[in-house]
Amino acid sequence: MSSVVSGERPPSPGMRAALEDWIILWGGAVIDHVVAVGEFAFFCQRTAMWLFTRRPRPGTLLGPMHQVGVRSLPVVALTGTFIGMVLAVQSFFQFSKIGLENRLGAVINMSLVRELGPVLAATMLAGRVGGAIAAELGTMRVTEQLDALEAMGADPVHYLVVPRFLACLFLIPALTVMADFMGVVGGYFYCVFILGIDKHFYLHHSAQFVSGFDLGVGVFKSLFFGSVIALISCYRGFHCDPGAEGVGRAATASFVLSFVTILILDLMLGIVLDVVYSILWPSGAKLF
Amino acid sequence: MVAVTSHSDSHDTAMLPVVRLDDVSVRFGKQEVLRNISLEVPQGETLAIIGESGCGKTVLLKTIIGLIRPTAGHVWFDRYELAKMRKPLLMRIRRRFGFVFQQAALFDSMTIGQNVAFPLRQHRRHSDAEVARIVRERLAEVGLPESILSKKPAELSGGMRKRVGLARALVLDPEIVLYDEPTTGLDPIMADVINELILRSRHQHAVTSIIVTHDMRTARKVADRVVMLYPLSRLREDEPQILFDGPPSELDRSTDRRVVQFVRGEAGERLMEMRRASTGQVE
Repeated sequence: MSSVVSGERPPSPGMRAALEDWIILWGGAVIDHVVAVGEFAFFCQRTAMWLFTRRPRPGTLLGPMHQVGVRSLPVVALTGTFIGMVLAVQSFFQFSKIGLENRLGAVINMSLVRELGPVLAATMLAGRVGGAIAAELGTMRVTEQLDALEAMGADPVHYLVVPRFLACLFLIPALTVMADFMGVVGGYFYCVFILGIDKHFYLHHSAQFVSGFDLGVGVFKSLFFGSVIALISCYRGFHCDPGAEGVGRAATASFVLSFVTILILDLMLGIVLDVVYSILWPSGAKLF
Repeated sequence: MVAVTSHSDSHDTAMLPVVRLDDVSVRFGKQEVLRNISLEVPQGETLAIIGESGCGKTVLLKTIIGLIRPTAGHVWFDRYELAKMRKPLLMRIRRRFGFVFQQAALFDSMTIGQNVAFPLRQHRRHSDAEVARIVRERLAEVGLPESILSKKPAELSGGMRKRVGLARALVLDPEIVLYDEPTTGLDPIMADVINELILRSRHQHAVTSIIVTHDMRTARKVADRVVMLYPLSRLREDEPQILFDGPPSELDRSTDRRVVQFVRGEAGERLMEMRRASTGQVE
């Protein structure tokens, strides 16, 4: 045999079978992921189709809005307050070394409204709201309630997803504003009353460097965060595996996926919005 | 409740097929659940689909209403092929169906009244008073008091939930009602109550019914015709999945050993198989 003559050994049947198994395993995993992405795209398309073709019933909106908005308010307010105070604690030490502690207001409030407020509020809501949505819809899938909706001539996407999507789309930005506000208050309280920074300088620098654009950037980003939280958690709930374990996995997966997507989106939107800012205000405001 | 025990006198309606399945196969990934099922259900007939767990009864029922798409073959309802219909039309067609789910599938977040009213609110433009009246009537038909209207499904017993599910399925006066294991998990008395309700609803509303069950009492009492499915894993490639298709009275005369075994509820060779499997595992 030529291979023997040339010194190459033909692959043993065992090795070939192992290679085939490996290809089948990884090929199957890749196909599964591509199919999942495709299914998610179709799910988003169905949601968009219902969103623009028929209004949700008023009764179906109130429940999700109460769940997403009203019931998340305390936890988001608490998160915001502590972000503001922690930012004050962390930045004061560094800034006081170079004698710029009076400018802390600009640093704290800028970081808060542009970045930490929207991202941490969205992360908190991905856990609280996204997990609850995935678990609720997952339970409905497992107990055939989604099938019952379809069997009665109601589309589950129109009836369940669209109201949750709208609730997240409008109320997560509203909650972000709330987190920003509480963060500003928390940072001010800690800087002025605990660290003893002059109130006048703190407010002056805050007002000078934090613009409406910065606040808008945070709120604009939170529109995207709200949308992905709703879509991912509803999708995971709809495609929940059977049993209590399936529901638990859907809730966990919805949080993890939402969290990762929020971080990726945050980076991409940050880059895009910075470009937009430099086009609109080429000279820009300088901190120092 | 007045017992309705006879159903042989029913229906002067022409026996036209309402549901037709042509060579329907359903496969989930590598697992084939239904293979080349052909079936016609005439208008007004009550068909019981029997068979052991895992033979594809529920899948067949969900394929008929279009919740599961067949991998091959065609499912016709009236003159419509559900798998090929656009969503808005499909949703309109589904108003003509009633579906009673195995665990009732009542919406947890709604009260009993809201559950029964759901199809009315979805598809009809009745006033609130009219909806309330119809809901009360439907609940009374299945022997449930008004006092449960404001309760949540979790507060009811299994039998009551099934009866609410039946009331909800019948609230739009459907032409065809599909029952998925209507008596499973109920005590014998409540199971008989459900059987009587199925018979009564058929007499009152003249519906076509397809009942998936492994309760032979239900099949014998309620059905005009019985179809028995067998799990594909226990069949050869060339064997048909439908083992029996005929009136319930013919079941006992069947010469097919597998039909007799199911009808009599005998373990037969299954015990030997289990023993062999467990010894194989030990070895």
